[in-house]
Amino acid sequence: MTPEPAIASRADLLACAHAMEVEAAERYEEFAAQMRQHGNLEIAALFGKLAAIERKHAEALAADLKRGGHALGARPALAVPGQEGLETASGDALHYLMTPMHALAIALANEQRAFEFFADLAERPLPAELRRLASEFAAEERAHVALVREWLARLPKAAEDWDYDPDEPTMPD
Amino acid sequence: MNAPISAALAAKDFKSDTKPVWCPGCGDYGVLTSLARALADLGLRPEATAIISGIGCSSRIPAYTTCYGFHGVHGRALPVATGLKVSRPDLTVIAAGGDGDGYSIGGNHFLHACRRNVDLTYIVMDNHVYGMTKGQASPTTEPDWDNALMPGGSGLRPFQPLVIALASGANFVARAFSGDIIGTAAIIAQAIQAPGFSFVELLSPCVTFRPEQRAWKELVRPSPVPPTDDPARAARRIMTDDGFNIGVLYAGRRKPYQPEIGRARKPLADLARGFEL
Repeated sequence: MTPEPAIASRADLLACAHAMEVEAAERYEEFAAQMRQHGNLEIAALFGKLAAIERKHAEALAADLKRGGHALGARPALAVPGQEGLETASGDALHYLMTPMHALAIALANEQRAFEFFADLAERPLPAELRRLASEFAAEERAHVALVREWLARLPKAAEDWDYDPDEPTMPD
Repeated sequence: MNAPISAALAAKDFKSDTKPVWCPGCGDYGVLTSLARALADLGLRPEATAIISGIGCSSRIPAYTTCYGFHGVHGRALPVATGLKVSRPDLTVIAAGGDGDGYSIGGNHFLHACRRNVDLTYIVMDNHVYGMTKGQASPTTEPDWDNALMPGGSGLRPFQPLVIALASGANFVARAFSGDIIGTAAIIAQAIQAPGFSFVELLSPCVTFRPEQRAWKELVRPSPVPPTDDPARAARRIMTDDGFNIGVLYAGRRKPYQPEIGRARKPLADLARGFEL
């Protein structure tokens, strides 16, 4: 929906990456709150953990920006249809009975999108310094993808009837 | 819109500590985030903003913000919001609710709020279903939506809120999608800034009773044309699109209705004489 940002400088790229991480952290926090509200405490804790990881990334980028004497990016100016940020999942991905496998599948998709974004940026006709930085970010995101895959591999597969609710919130017969 | 005051707040400052009880995956979460972001982006203050709602899942929204709020009577958000804005023009007044609340129970108020063109913003979170009462067809439900309560569908023609708003005199008409948080925040901000009655039809999926609405995110697209100030042209466009063009669709030039307040039209003594025996 929203056009991609013009990235012309190191500060632009750092601000973009920072905004993406902030968005991701905020969204995971919202997801954690939703799950807590609906009693799925295991997933609430998992989203809380993912939010904390993204916050750390955001803090590191904020420190980089500050060191360079740059202002922090307010909001990411990039989005794809149906989503606000490249590292942010759409809210409709949630289910009140979701399992850790589903939560991590969301995280995996987010990290994969972020990786593809930075990898694509690294191939664009940008100044060498920016392409190098984009490559670094892409490598980081690729490492996150691998990490989430590892977590996923350790999890048991969700039962086929994971969303079965004997008292489902459905209309009266 | 009230004048912004210095020391702008962040979006999170517009969200209250009360956590929403909407179903996980509900589009209304996105609307809340977009609304908070729009208010922050405009530099507004919670104490100078009022959110008025009716009844329904989406009408819970005032409680989830730090703004003044009024969770009112079913379908009656607009009369309350109108009264508030007329008596307190300094406030930014936003009415919010769902398609059942706004187009059925409050349908008559919707028409006349458009016609009066008071300077307020009306956000309707449309999911084409009565979610809170467990899945009945609403005015915007497709005629062939098959469900246990209405096998084979209602067979009724869906309400066309945007066209009806135009025909009734709304001064700003837009369509947004809850999953597009940045775009929706921008549309809400424009609606708040636009003078007169601004109407935002916000597609907000109900993943519990209409799980197929998850596909909306694949269907929405930016409107291919810029907004027009010609209501007939806007209506023609809206009636011929598929309901998934997103953006500001009409921005009119009608002067908002704002009666003078705080000054009697006649001296009180003259009025008192009218009651003399």
